[in-house]
Amino acid sequence: MVGNALFFVFAGLAIACAISMVYHRNPLYSAVSLVGVFIALSCIYVTLAAPFIAAVQILIYAGAIMVLVVFVIMLLNLDEDKPLTRLRYLYAIGAGLGVILLAQTFFIFYAVMRAPNVPVAEDQTAGRTIDIGRAMYSEYLLPVEIVGVLLMMAVIGGVILSRKLTQPQLELVVDNEMERRGEDH
Amino acid sequence: MEPGLATYLALSGVLFTIGCVGVIFKRNAIGMFMCIELMLNAVNLTFVAFSRYYSDTTGQLFVFMVMSVAAAEAAVGLGIIIAFFRNSRSVDVDDASMLRN
Amino acid sequence: MEGVIKTAFPFIVLSVGILLAFQGVLMIVAYTVLAERKVLGWIQGRIGPNRVGPWGVLQPFADLLKFIFKEDLVPDKSTKFIYFLAPMVALIAALMPIVVYPFGPAITSVDWTLLPFGLGEGIRELPLTIARIDVGVLFVLGITSVGVYGIALAGWSSNSKYSLMGGLRSSAQMISYELAMGASVIGVVMLAGTLDLNGIIYAQQQSPFRWYIIPQFVGFIVFLIAAFAETNRVPFDLPEAETELVAGFHTEYSALKFALFFMAEYVNMFTVSVMCTVLFLGGWYVPGLSHLFEVGSIPYALVSHLAFIGKICAFLFFYIWVRGTLPRFRFDQLMNFGWKFLLPVAIANVIVTIVVVYFLNS
Repeated sequence: MVGNALFFVFAGLAIACAISMVYHRNPLYSAVSLVGVFIALSCIYVTLAAPFIAAVQILIYAGAIMVLVVFVIMLLNLDEDKPLTRLRYLYAIGAGLGVILLAQTFFIFYAVMRAPNVPVAEDQTAGRTIDIGRAMYSEYLLPVEIVGVLLMMAVIGGVILSRKLTQPQLELVVDNEMERRGEDH
Repeated sequence: MEPGLATYLALSGVLFTIGCVGVIFKRNAIGMFMCIELMLNAVNLTFVAFSRYYSDTTGQLFVFMVMSVAAAEAAVGLGIIIAFFRNSRSVDVDDASMLRN
Repeated sequence: MEGVIKTAFPFIVLSVGILLAFQGVLMIVAYTVLAERKVLGWIQGRIGPNRVGPWGVLQPFADLLKFIFKEDLVPDKSTKFIYFLAPMVALIAALMPIVVYPFGPAITSVDWTLLPFGLGEGIRELPLTIARIDVGVLFVLGITSVGVYGIALAGWSSNSKYSLMGGLRSSAQMISYELAMGASVIGVVMLAGTLDLNGIIYAQQQSPFRWYIIPQFVGFIVFLIAAFAETNRVPFDLPEAETELVAGFHTEYSALKFALFFMAEYVNMFTVSVMCTVLFLGGWYVPGLSHLFEVGSIPYALVSHLAFIGKICAFLFFYIWVRGTLPRFRFDQLMNFGWKFLLPVAIANVIVTIVVVYFLNS
């Protein structure tokens, strides 16, 4: 009973923080609201008996990705978003899309509520770390290895995107580009 | 009232909707990026809910993959934003129109 | 009436446990502040504070009163909401891991059926941990990652160049050394086979080495060094050194908000000391104690708990000792050390542990 009440508290918190994130024009307030959404979602994962995913959500999303976003906002010293001056019809499109998606959500809710109820086994153990670990290294080994390669590519890409070229390196890059385009200096 | 599968799916749908609307309304690239992360999280919630209600670990494995891909996307995307900012001093996506015309 | 008591009983027990644990930790933290001043004084050839009580034992209360009565300044151009939020985030993230600490072994010798209203039925043991979750190690690592926000947001929202530089440097240092800390824990988790803190202590009981510091010596050294960097303590305290950056990210904070940051730093020290003790020194496990007292009895739990506190105090003394002895790193030396030396050593430790565990198990 307390678990059910807690779910609604965290669900309300998640929705409130999400609306706050979209509403604020200052990117730092948006980032802090998004951290609130992630923490609320982590608590909801706990109510879904997925403790490993809950802990990993805090570690990766709230603790690493959003720290990176907050760093970038601070380094670039971003100002508030200005309201739209042209393409004003985007507000109407956004509102219309929102209404359509909400209608779809309520239809799904209604349909799933009417579907025959699958009882959940009380001692189902799909969320323990050892089950996830076993599945990861037996049945899903290929996706895990591919994700490893993907993360390596992201690290290399991040390093290349943010390096500052020295003057000789810059001249080399410009020379290569000129040659590729077939122009003379 | 006991939250069943339908309630979790409804919450996920509402969060996804808010993320979608946010991507359209926001003008700076970092705001759009954060709304995309919100949409990814809504999908994660759907996966975990189905994993619980059908007692299958596949859902949580897929959430793990989605989180890793989101982390990689964050690293590279923010690198691109910083590189773009160095050239044009603005993160407004309306200013990223050099390929037009 | 009886139904109400039966449903409320677990919450009452949990609340009492939480109050006791928080009270104990805050007392230890308050006296760590005093101990730091006394021990630093002895190292530097002087006596620390000794006016307020006999040997200065009432000094923490005097400090608390001073913080409450100081004038509360708020910088004019700061972002108000974030300025108030940052110290709260820092302290909450520092205090949250208390709920998973294994304070002692479970007590099984008390007959709980003597409780009125049938409250004691089906209860066989009293665990000395508030929340026994399956993923204790990941929980602690995740919450300390969230603690970086307190520092980054404080540095930004104070709208001052010293704060911003201090905040950015401090956050960069913390996220760099988080990696080495996590990697050094993997070796212990592989030997123990579980992420649960109580499970790791039980695994150390069964292991032939008794304490994991013996097989995981390299991991212990890496964890200790990374812990110093995580808590912004000497030799990694450039972001808050007075001669370098005034006071770093908490330059513009005064009175009670500064007290929150101050407490958050010492509670972080306590957190990493507990993690070091549980992962490498066996937590509350004292080898050979089960021969003196019966396992699960109250004297066994009490002596184990006191041994746990003793090990934590030894680590806190080591923190203070290093502060009085070593000079500090320059920031680029600090980042080089974290990325180019400590992280490869931690990963090498993981690889060697994998190979050894594989060949021992096959």
